[in-house]
Amino acid sequence: MSRAAAALAAKREATEERLAPLALPQGGAWATEARQGAMARLREMGLPNRRDEYWRYTDPAALTAAEAPQAAVFDAGETPLFDDIDRLKIVFVDGVFDAEASDSFDEEAVEIIRLSDAAANDIHWAKSLYGVLEARGQTPVARPLAALNTALASDGVLIRVTGRVARPVSIIYRHAETTSDVYLHNLVQIEKGGDFTLLENGPAAARFNKVLEVEVADGAAFHHVRAQGRDHERHAATHIFARLGRESLFKSFTLTVNGALTRNEAVIELTSDDAVAHVAGAAVGDGAFHHDDTVFITHEGERCESRQVFKKVLRNGATGVFQGKILVKAGAQKTDGYQISQSLLLDGDSQFLAKPELEIYADDVICSHGSTSGAIDDEALFYLRSRGVPETEAQDLLVLAFLAEAIDEIEDEAIAADILSRLEAWLARRSR
Amino acid sequence: MLKINDLKVKLEEEDKQILKGVTLEVPAGKVHAIMGPNGSGKSTLSYVLSGRDGYEVTGGNATLDGVDLLEMEPEERAAAGLFLAFQYPVEIPGVGNMTFLRTAVNAQRKARGEEEISAADFLKEIRAKAKTLKIDADMLKRPVNVGFSGGEKKRNEILQMAMLEPKMCILDETDSGLDVDAMKLVAEGVNALRSEGRSFLVITHYQRLLDHIKPDVVHIMADGRIVKTGGPELALEVENNGYGDLLAEVA
Ligand SMILES: Nc1ncnc2c1ncn2[C@@H]1O[C@H](COP(=O)(O)OP(=O)(O)O)[C@@H](O)[C@H]1O
Ligand SMILES: [Mg+2]
Repeated sequence: MSRAAAALAAKREATEERLAPLALPQGGAWATEARQGAMARLREMGLPNRRDEYWRYTDPAALTAAEAPQAAVFDAGETPLFDDIDRLKIVFVDGVFDAEASDSFDEEAVEIIRLSDAAANDIHWAKSLYGVLEARGQTPVARPLAALNTALASDGVLIRVTGRVARPVSIIYRHAETTSDVYLHNLVQIEKGGDFTLLENGPAAARFNKVLEVEVADGAAFHHVRAQGRDHERHAATHIFARLGRESLFKSFTLTVNGALTRNEAVIELTSDDAVAHVAGAAVGDGAFHHDDTVFITHEGERCESRQVFKKVLRNGATGVFQGKILVKAGAQKTDGYQISQSLLLDGDSQFLAKPELEIYADDVICSHGSTSGAIDDEALFYLRSRGVPETEAQDLLVLAFLAEAIDEIEDEAIAADILSRLEAWLARRSR
Repeated sequence: MLKINDLKVKLEEEDKQILKGVTLEVPAGKVHAIMGPNGSGKSTLSYVLSGRDGYEVTGGNATLDGVDLLEMEPEERAAAGLFLAFQYPVEIPGVGNMTFLRTAVNAQRKARGEEEISAADFLKEIRAKAKTLKIDADMLKRPVNVGFSGGEKKRNEILQMAMLEPKMCILDETDSGLDVDAMKLVAEGVNALRSEGRSFLVITHYQRLLDHIKPDVVHIMADGRIVKTGGPELALEVENNGYGDLLAEVA
């Protein structure tokens, strides 16, 4: 047996051992089929380990372990995020739907149903999409934690958008138990011409595994802003799988504050012409903080635009990881691809590991990528101080300036202001 | 106002003495000029006075209205009324010019125990002052100095000075890189600020600027020392004969 084959065999064995005690959630035929399919995929590829190329910079052990690492609930005493924004609220506490705290699902131009309800209904629309985008996203790179999610998630929110939705749907993930281990799987289907904003926030659980599948039809638009909660010890593995139609728009922004380990993957396919996809992230962490953004964007249509803007502020031995790829397939002419990943290291102990990749099979494209890692600019700091701005305030100003390009990806001003206030609060907690 | 006494400064990182005993005093309401060849230590003096890192004071002192400047943090010096118009203004991507200035104005007010300026008052004031310096609304919104031409950066320094209303203004080669019109604009900006309670130390390489900003006293600096002090005629002498004769005469 070759070494690679032996490694795979060992991996499969470990995976079998881990999966053996697990039972798939109850559900109707389509859901069971999707879950069994995911389980089969997972058995084939095996759960990730440190020797996997795709997990070189992030150790998945805490994400795959049978027992979730515990995480205390951290109360920063802030007003809840998006509080002033008119939105339809859907609340989960440690993965359990909270009907009392949630709004009614009745809303113009959108159909909302919980996965646990839809799974029982055998003729449901979600049938043709649930787990399908996740399965497509398993090549060319395997994403076993997403397959694990499709297999195990018993709840989540399924959203079908048929027009312009007046207010955002806001999913709030509260965390209450130090030992909670949660799988949620959400699905958004936006039909032709639809326009929809999804907000997500909260730490969700001690360990959270979440998948979001998004299909954006021709001419439709999807806006997504999420804030991953700030419990210091929480672990999270999240995946976004998106498929974009002609002239569609996809914009996703993620703020991550604290957390022991976060792996956010985004897998986006621009399947038709003239589509636009932007993914952005701002992550700030201190000490035992490991944050990994892994992005894979595939251009198939012509004249599509993609942007990846990822910024990290790291302090006291925090670690940031970025793996970002732009794949331009043959025929995807006039592709405009941009990728930037940067980290601001506030001290010498922190580190940033970046692997930007371009793979291009079309000749008439513009693709650029850049990655930098550096400290606060002393010249700028002195300039600000020489005008009377105290050192910590000047530093904060420069940190926010560093993050600005990512935050600018949020189109809605009120939402952007809310996100900014979280960053300011984080800075205030650290520096004073 | 500003008193510098036998100030000696070396680089922190290297064993290189740059200021070798600078003594000068700028009384309230006066304009003093410092001229001198490149590398004589003019910028170093301005940086040390405003508190930049990288220098070590090995002797002497500097006070602003009797208060020891060298012991203070840069922001404290600013709040005490010291302002340096940089020879090379710094670009700060991501920080809007307007935000920057309002933060600075309010930080200084706070440090002095004064009330913050209201957004409306600030806007009114900055618009009026920007206009006289021919700084348009777009420049105010753009990130600090990013993409500004050399002349725009210098005008932006003067705008900051006008907004912060310091009592001791140090201008480090504010004329360099300016064409005649831009220099006039800058000089007018400075002259508009001249008052009994405000002093200026104008560092320049050329006499040109001093045609517009009339100094009371001119100092010549060479090799880390003030080697000659005189009236405005000293600047003319430099203009006509260069530094060569002057320095030879002192040596
Ligand atoms: N940070 C520094 N590192 C190395 N040399 C320096 C530094 N700052 C100043 N110097 C040196 O000190 C001398 C004086 O420089 P400076 O104050 O800029 O002169 P001026 O402004 O009169 O032209 C020069 O020889 C310059 O090279
Ligand atoms: Mg100089």
